[in-house]
Amino acid sequence: MVDRNVKLMQGNEACVEAAILAGMRFYAGYPITPSTEIAELSSEKLPRVGGKFIQMEDEIASISAVIGASIAGVKAMTATSGPGFSLKQEGIGYAVITETPCVIVDVQRGGPSTGMPTAPAQGDIMQARWGTHGEHSIIALYPWSVKEIFYKTIRAFNLAEKYRTPVILLMDEVIGHMRERIELPNIDEIEIYNRKKPTCPPEEYKPFEVKAGDIVPEMAGFGEGYRFHVTGLTHDETGFPTNNGQIAERLIKRLVSKIEDNKDDIVEIDEYLLDDAEVAIVAFGSTARSCKAAIDVLRENGMKVGLFRPITIWPLAEKELTELSKKVKRIVVVEMNLGQYYLAVDRVAGRYTKVEKYGRVNGDLITPQEIVDFIKEVYYA
Amino acid sequence: MPSDLVKEYFRTEHLPHIWCPGCGNGIVTRAIVKAIDNLGLSKDEVCIVSGIGCSSRASGYLDFNTVHTTHGRALAFATGIKFAKPELKVIVITGDGDASAIGGNHLIHAARRNIDITTIVFNNNTYGMTGGQYSPTTPTGDRATTAPYGNIDKSFDLCELAKAAGATYVSRSTVYTANMLIKQIENGIKNKGFSFIEALTICPTYYGRKNKKGEAVDMINYLKENAINIAAYDKLPEEERKGKFVIGELYKSSRPEYTEEYQKIIDSFTKGV
Repeated sequence: MVDRNVKLMQGNEACVEAAILAGMRFYAGYPITPSTEIAELSSEKLPRVGGKFIQMEDEIASISAVIGASIAGVKAMTATSGPGFSLKQEGIGYAVITETPCVIVDVQRGGPSTGMPTAPAQGDIMQARWGTHGEHSIIALYPWSVKEIFYKTIRAFNLAEKYRTPVILLMDEVIGHMRERIELPNIDEIEIYNRKKPTCPPEEYKPFEVKAGDIVPEMAGFGEGYRFHVTGLTHDETGFPTNNGQIAERLIKRLVSKIEDNKDDIVEIDEYLLDDAEVAIVAFGSTARSCKAAIDVLRENGMKVGLFRPITIWPLAEKELTELSKKVKRIVVVEMNLGQYYLAVDRVAGRYTKVEKYGRVNGDLITPQEIVDFIKEVYYA
Repeated sequence: MPSDLVKEYFRTEHLPHIWCPGCGNGIVTRAIVKAIDNLGLSKDEVCIVSGIGCSSRASGYLDFNTVHTTHGRALAFATGIKFAKPELKVIVITGDGDASAIGGNHLIHAARRNIDITTIVFNNNTYGMTGGQYSPTTPTGDRATTAPYGNIDKSFDLCELAKAAGATYVSRSTVYTANMLIKQIENGIKNKGFSFIEALTICPTYYGRKNKKGEAVDMINYLKENAINIAAYDKLPEEERKGKFVIGELYKSSRPEYTEEYQKIIDSFTKGV
């Protein structure tokens, strides 16, 4: 029997362990339920590996410090929950336009506003996509288990570095606080991606120029001999502001297309019993766990139901959803809100099949039994 | 022809600047690079972080590692940069509205931590970039585009604020007393901790025009005639202080610096102390 590093771990804890493995050496945060364990554990673990933890004065300061650290050349993360996620949108937009890699964890809770701080919800699906102002694309991942939190946290860092973009790691109160068995990998089993740095002479460095064959510009860190300017204003390839409409449009389109044109790499979905399915449930996070349990019950009753689980919830898996919609008789989107992802799924899949929604916003988990009941209704409709 | 100082430290290809004729921001910006030059810092080790507003555009003109951040957040970004790479000399350029209204919380907490950042506030008593609205430093009774009947707010004494919040170097100078300003910026950078320097500057276009303060020269003369050095100010009887303001090095103290204190925690693990 080989030695295995098996642990019983909380979701929020797995996130911190993985972030450090992925290279996080800076964390700035502000206390907020139900994400606080991520800050607490980062404060404990980071100095042990030479990293830095700081509790900032507010949520906006936290995302700002994270972006500052990343511009300086250090991989950085912050974590928050609904109300804090709203505040962080200012910084997320800045990270988008300045192409600053960083990871923002949002452990969702009931809202709007202070809402139900300790109750689960999936109300930030659209905020993750469109929370910050202005035209942009975004990457958002949504794991469903402690093990997957671990691996998707690493992936969030890798995608942030590869595409020079903020990456949202969505969780919910259930998976953030849930404890599960996890077998931790060795560091050499993990693929870590680091931002590509310039090698040209400093006078030739254009910090926002994409070189042939690259997806994003090379990124120097401060103090490394490449003096450059970073601004939230629309800028040209040299990084300096411009009001030239052509340059502005070229920049914004590039920021969007670097994500939308690379969906084959970014989008990840998980399927369960979809091959012969007549009804497909679309769900993510803790809700998808209830859906999987419901599908097992429905299958025992002879109903051909399967699960389509986007792990990358943004950008939307349009190609995969279109294929699915051509195959099944019904799609049901189950989520702890009143139909946010449903809107996105219906736009794509509604052309070929009927898309239904099932949601709730009372702070309770959606149970397998109620999904079973709802699917039976849909199935025999 | 640009001076040697300008050629060495400014991104001359991005000049001329956007500031109005008569604006004092150029004097403060020059004082910053003169102080850096006097200290012999390398351009690669200096990081300039600014917020949003007229003065915050200075970062783009300066040939260092520069970040033009979001409104009010320069100190929060700067905290991330300094904490991530303490070897950098981090200087924050900000305005009165940027630093003390939208960014007021970041100012007091950066001062409280005594993190080694030098903050220079270009105080022109108004929001110039948006056209002359009243700021936290607009004197009571003065006019602004959003105070057409006179400002009823009490104005902030930013130096008192920084001192109370925990800054370990606090000074004030004006665009008239530019040499004093240069020396203060040098001393601020040398101070191992949070340094706060208020540079009183002028906005003839908005604040001056709205309040009938005359031309740029008249406004600079006003600063010249009413600024009193701290040594003289302290001896002045209360009744003669009216309408005057104090300049000079107002407060200095010594307290553990944030990034050094954190490094001790890291060292306790890596060095097994």
